[in-house]
Amino acid sequence: MNSAYAVILVDSTSHALRIEKLLHRSGWRNKLIPVPRHLSSDCGVCVRIDQADMAAITALLQQEKIQYQSIEVI
Amino acid sequence: MSELDLSGGKNGLIYLDNAATSWPKPPGVAQAMVQYLGQVGANPGRSGHRLSVEAARIVYDTREAVARFFNADDPLRVVFGLNVTDSINLALHGLLKRGDHVVTTSMEHNAVMRPLHALTQQGVLVTKVACRPDGTLDPERIEGALQKNTRLIAVNHASNVCGTILPIVAIGEIARRHGLIFLVDSAQSAGVVPIDMQASQIDLLAFTGHKSLYGPMGTGGLLVGQRIQSEALRPLRQGGTGSRSEREVQPDFFPDCYESGTPNAVGLAGLLAALTWVRERGIEQIRAHEEALCTALIDGLGDIPSVTVYGTWEAAKQTATVAWNMRNMAPSTVGLRLDEEFGILCRVGLHCAPSAHRTIGTFPDGCVRFGLGAFNTRADVESALNAVVQLAKDAL
Repeated sequence: MNSAYAVILVDSTSHALRIEKLLHRSGWRNKLIPVPRHLSSDCGVCVRIDQADMAAITALLQQEKIQYQSIEVI
Repeated sequence: MSELDLSGGKNGLIYLDNAATSWPKPPGVAQAMVQYLGQVGANPGRSGHRLSVEAARIVYDTREAVARFFNADDPLRVVFGLNVTDSINLALHGLLKRGDHVVTTSMEHNAVMRPLHALTQQGVLVTKVACRPDGTLDPERIEGALQKNTRLIAVNHASNVCGTILPIVAIGEIARRHGLIFLVDSAQSAGVVPIDMQASQIDLLAFTGHKSLYGPMGTGGLLVGQRIQSEALRPLRQGGTGSRSEREVQPDFFPDCYESGTPNAVGLAGLLAALTWVRERGIEQIRAHEEALCTALIDGLGDIPSVTVYGTWEAAKQTATVAWNMRNMAPSTVGLRLDEEFGILCRVGLHCAPSAHRTIGTFPDGCVRFGLGAFNTRADVESALNAVVQLAKDAL
């Protein structure tokens, strides 16, 4: 299972896009992908990031008070 | 400000019906819509593939652009809808319940009056504060109409009949001082009179994309301030949102709670281009251009003895929408003759605002309305005035 990626799960595509924009602005590599089935049965998208950046991105999201559900290693 | 080649529109027509919808649109609007349909096309927020994500990105960028335009702090609290009427319906029907009291004005459009009338059948109480015959309002009259059960103050920013601007900053202060919700219908002002949602203490701002924002029809929305929680604003429709698909209960978060069904993404792509155009041209420049034309129009009409001009007679106190009548000629005749004989397009009648017409003294016959826009020129105004002078000769 260790793919070197993590995903940020969010309520909706709008929330994912807000995070995508913030990460682009801050220079963090990311990509919107469909939510992996084993994490959620939702049909929406989530934000994939490098696992190595998880701690820094978590801190950034909290600092910017950006809503998300959870960050999961995939 | 430079005059544009688009003056007069196609076939020598002079379009003076911008208060109904602005036309022409900046060229970038159609281009953005063609590009969306030709190259993006997918359903935003419904799938994870690149075209769906790109579609969602365009919708999100529009959300951000709208929030920035009105100085709202959270783009996710921009709820897109069909138009301003749809958004006002969401605000009024979503918020109000039996026993709530609403204060509004006598200058409202039926977009506010009809939902309120329907709500009175469900036990909502409404006080309509009278405006002066020029459409202006003393904000103290709003304060004087408040009751113990008042929950909402709902006003238009500018009249769709005679353009008169209402003092929303003062009304916002009254609303906040009394702990009330403040709803503004910005149909006639958004894009031409600056609106700062936070400075004016607006809780609910309903806007349309197709008038002075120069976007396509079928776009609009409701900006919801932080003081309104989603529990307090019931969605009027339930359905698919692309989120929480495993559940059959409506999501409770912004904006999905209020945006069921596939949105008008192609329209929003056009609105995004339109907002960019308005920002680049500058709302102050557009306003100055329209104000100068409006002054020329009011002065010119005022010089024709058989013409009565309604409203403030001061371009600075209104939008560039001028209401007038000609003695001995019905507005419907004036409108038909302006179109057939002079190629001048305007709107006559009651403009979906019977109460506003009662206020300015033109009910039930209505009046003629010239609605100027950013693409009108001084030559358009002069042609229109010449045409009115010609008609006046026949009406003696």
